[in-house]
Amino acid sequence: MINKQVATIAAALEGVQDGATVLVGGFGSVGQPNALIEGLIEQGARNLTVVANNAGTGHVGLAKLLAADRVRRIICSFPRSSGSVVFEELFTAGKLELEIVPQGTLAERLRAAGAGIPAFYTPTAAGTKLAEGKETREIDGRLYVLEKALPGDLAIIEARRADRWGNLTYRASGRNFNPVMAMAGKCTVVQVQEVLPLGDLDPEIVVTPGIFVDRIVQIDATQPGQ
Amino acid sequence: MASTDSNLRPLSRMEMAARVARDIPEGWYVNLGIGVPTLIADAIPAEREVILHSENGLLGMGPAPAAGEEDPWLINAGKQLVTLRPGGSFFHHADSFAMIRGGHIDLCVLGAFEVARNGDLANWATSAADAAPAVGGAMDLAAGAKRIWVVMEHLTKDGKSRLVENCSYPLTALGVVERVYTNLAVLNVTQAGFVVREIIPGMSFAELQEKTAAPLIAGM
Repeated sequence: MINKQVATIAAALEGVQDGATVLVGGFGSVGQPNALIEGLIEQGARNLTVVANNAGTGHVGLAKLLAADRVRRIICSFPRSSGSVVFEELFTAGKLELEIVPQGTLAERLRAAGAGIPAFYTPTAAGTKLAEGKETREIDGRLYVLEKALPGDLAIIEARRADRWGNLTYRASGRNFNPVMAMAGKCTVVQVQEVLPLGDLDPEIVVTPGIFVDRIVQIDATQPGQ
Repeated sequence: MASTDSNLRPLSRMEMAARVARDIPEGWYVNLGIGVPTLIADAIPAEREVILHSENGLLGMGPAPAAGEEDPWLINAGKQLVTLRPGGSFFHHADSFAMIRGGHIDLCVLGAFEVARNGDLANWATSAADAAPAVGGAMDLAAGAKRIWVVMEHLTKDGKSRLVENCSYPLTALGVVERVYTNLAVLNVTQAGFVVREIIPGMSFAELQEKTAAPLIAGM
């Protein structure tokens, strides 16, 4: 019997290596798998490359992972926000490498990785600083930038409901990057609010088919970022 | 000959937003950037169905929730709590930016640091060396939306024109801006440069040109 659900966060994150590329879901704290981030801090892997839309606020979640000195490099679209004190301190001190990627390019690089597309052209950033050093090509009279797929060794994501085959549904704007990171992660671990009996999730509404999911942990969360 | 500036009433933020809202027809799919553009949502008459897209995965975004009706998982691109109108939908980030990049968004209204007479847009970075860069969805929106309108103050707080010959700040996208709404005027961006369509009451074309660091063409 296939059962992707594991009993503990520690079991869910077993095997994460130093130097891993970790995809972290969420747009701000909404959809961010904070319980799994806490678990990653406990698990101890270091020298990580983190891929996320933002770089954390306050001293919880991603900010806590950064403050714990586990992250060498962060790939994101919008690291600065009110309250992104940990990120700013580390960045200014030269302790954190930063790769800025336009949000849509980030989403598509992740999708491409999951979809077996090694690189693609996008009009985004053509002619701007963020295209410097990148291959460009004119196609039908318009300039495009070549961007590469962005796979992860580990994807940690948040969803609302799962079944034991790993099928997932999400909650409102908590969906965001989670489905594409699920595809792009070599090992995808999801924290969910509910695990339903197999067959209870209507196939018409499954957003992430379980083929993309490896491990499931049930977490009680009444607020985003728990 | 100086104008009596004390007689002039530049538009407030809400008034600029309301002016833009007047030009958005029913049926358009519209993305509103952070800042003054978000005020446009509240200025669209309730009976005119304009479908608001939020880059973090919403179509049919509605206003802020009433007290007691907040869903903490339902936020907009500015991380504020919102609602979803009947007919709305949720989707993931790759689909959201497919809508943006694939030319499905009829209009994106953005703020800006500078707009050049050829339509170049600078709105994601100043040149401050210390601060980490951050771009979000700005470049995708600028490159992908069918139309880009900018709403911004005509001048910086130091009195410098935000309408320029060439942008000095890092560019978000090249040649994309179609129309600019400021607190002093409404201008179209054309092959020939900025064409002025409207000026606030009491200000002459010459006075507007005096304040603007790029040639203006009268089109009122």
